[in-house]
Amino acid sequence: MSHFNAEIKKRADQLLSLYPRRRSAMLPLLHLAQEQDGYLSEAGIEEVAELTGTTPADVRGTAAFYDMFHLEPVGKYVVGVCTNIACLIAGGEELLEHASKKLGCAVGGTSADGMFTLEETECLADCNIAPCVQVNHRYVRTTTPETFDAMIGEIRDGKREDEIPPHGTLIRVRRDGGLRTNEAEVVAARAKTLKARDARVAKEQK
Amino acid sequence: MAVLTSPKIVSSRRDFDDSYTLKRYLTTGGYEGLKKALKMNPEKVCAEVDAASLLGRGGAGFPAGRKWSMLRRAPLSYLVINGDESEPATFKDHYLVERDPHQLVEGVIIGAFALQVTQAFIFLRGEFALGLERVQQAVNEAYKHGALGENIFGSGFSLDIVVHPGAGAYICGEETSLLEALEGKRGFPRIKPPFFPAVNGLYGEPTVVNNVETMSNLPWIVTNGGAAFAALGEGRSTGTRLFALAGNVVNPGVFEIEMVKNTFRDLIFDPALGGGVPGNKKVKAIIPGGVSAPWFGPELLDLPLGADEVAGKGSMLGSGSIVVMDEDQCMVRAAWRITKFFSRESCGQCTPCREGSGWIERVMYRLEHGGGRMEDIDLVLDLCDNIAPGLTWPPQQTTICVLGPSIPSAVHSAISMFRHEFIEHVENGGCTHV
Repeated sequence: MSHFNAEIKKRADQLLSLYPRRRSAMLPLLHLAQEQDGYLSEAGIEEVAELTGTTPADVRGTAAFYDMFHLEPVGKYVVGVCTNIACLIAGGEELLEHASKKLGCAVGGTSADGMFTLEETECLADCNIAPCVQVNHRYVRTTTPETFDAMIGEIRDGKREDEIPPHGTLIRVRRDGGLRTNEAEVVAARAKTLKARDARVAKEQK
Repeated sequence: MAVLTSPKIVSSRRDFDDSYTLKRYLTTGGYEGLKKALKMNPEKVCAEVDAASLLGRGGAGFPAGRKWSMLRRAPLSYLVINGDESEPATFKDHYLVERDPHQLVEGVIIGAFALQVTQAFIFLRGEFALGLERVQQAVNEAYKHGALGENIFGSGFSLDIVVHPGAGAYICGEETSLLEALEGKRGFPRIKPPFFPAVNGLYGEPTVVNNVETMSNLPWIVTNGGAAFAALGEGRSTGTRLFALAGNVVNPGVFEIEMVKNTFRDLIFDPALGGGVPGNKKVKAIIPGGVSAPWFGPELLDLPLGADEVAGKGSMLGSGSIVVMDEDQCMVRAAWRITKFFSRESCGQCTPCREGSGWIERVMYRLEHGGGRMEDIDLVLDLCDNIAPGLTWPPQQTTICVLGPSIPSAVHSAISMFRHEFIEHVENGGCTHV
């Protein structure tokens, strides 16, 4: 019995078919597990271990390396405020402090209603609109306390659900074409191209 | 005056709202470069890229053609695209993956054809949620259009592209770390030698790893010829480049300009580009190529934007991101924040980097926030020297990858250029900037 629901399981199976080795699907599968449960639950980790042919300890150790994976439950919306150099200059630290007061939680903590988790992030590569804020990894481009508060209000009122989906950076990523990545098939395809190249080079040398 | 006459090679569609769609791409010359490439020999395509002398746009600036020529001949080999863009203040690949994903995909197909590789991966940082959607959509459309998959445009060449998400780790921009992440492991950089994935890469097979912007140049190079690309710029720095300008500037953003023909001053002050410093304040310092690069003072603003020109003055053009800091900025604070970044992002494998970054960060923290001692200033330099002995540029390396030796750049620059500010911080018991 899979811990993944039918839809996530289907996407997980497709992901596994894309890589020459199962373990390569580790990071995308962890994104899917987090999408379903909101964080990496024990059952989610076990599922990913089984799918990738590894152990839960191995999966947990890998997941712990990456900032985007949450090993503890987090709010429905993870708010990231950047304070790295370009955002520091633009008042990122002040905005982070404001966000902490507004949400009523410390940096790294979750608001009392469980809606928001606040994170201080490193550079999010959107430095022309600084300080940079992401909610569930969507750029919301609220650079002032006023626009930040308005954005939080709109999320609470359910007005931003289309733009900011729940957890899962892959939630709207769908692959609907392409070959299956079977190592033998890849070797055969390359052998064909190399053979053709050799024949061509030989012909040119004549 | 800035030279703005060069063609837009990678940002030609920036004025279109629908620049990311296949429809727009096809009406603006899309996939024509690929069609031309497929009628050429793969070796000829390699020769064009070599003739363009396209320097890698990721940060190290290694010539793409030479990297390709190193690919070991083997039954299996891979092409991996590095879209992990995480160098602070760098946001050019963000632009390319969100706004022109088909251009990237076409570049990848051309590159794969040149290398006769039949499997490619596009690795994008996980925080690019929209970028992942747009690139996957472009890949999906390319399959339907016949530009990808079996027998591309009837040429007999086949290629599969998989879009792979990262999960939040700066270190994965280091190519061997990226390959580890792609293998489903912690992003620990691999021990060198072997130095090049072209010898030993993904799953131990020969692999070429190229940056997003590097690949996005290929459709234009094939269409217009390597010589046309090489005619732009000067010396080793050919073509145009996307510069990401941030910090104290009126118009921060991504600008494509010809290499070498423009200076830092042109980029920062030209009304069509950065537009100057807000409030006409003075430039105090600039970071010329990502936070791994040593800083420049305002006396170097007239330096041309070229790899060798910047290297000649002891820094690097790196990832092409330029941060302007005006006269009101606290240099201790800026250097502290950059050290905090490295401390957070050190993968932890090597002692000098893991312990050194945290130690420097703690000392810098107390200098900035109060509690710093006069001897801390030289202590920081000593710690930097332990990570990159001699504090030379390019730095000596004590670690597996270049993250470690990048740590001293900011603090060493700040102390060398603004030692009086550090002394003031100690005397005043912390920062007095507003």
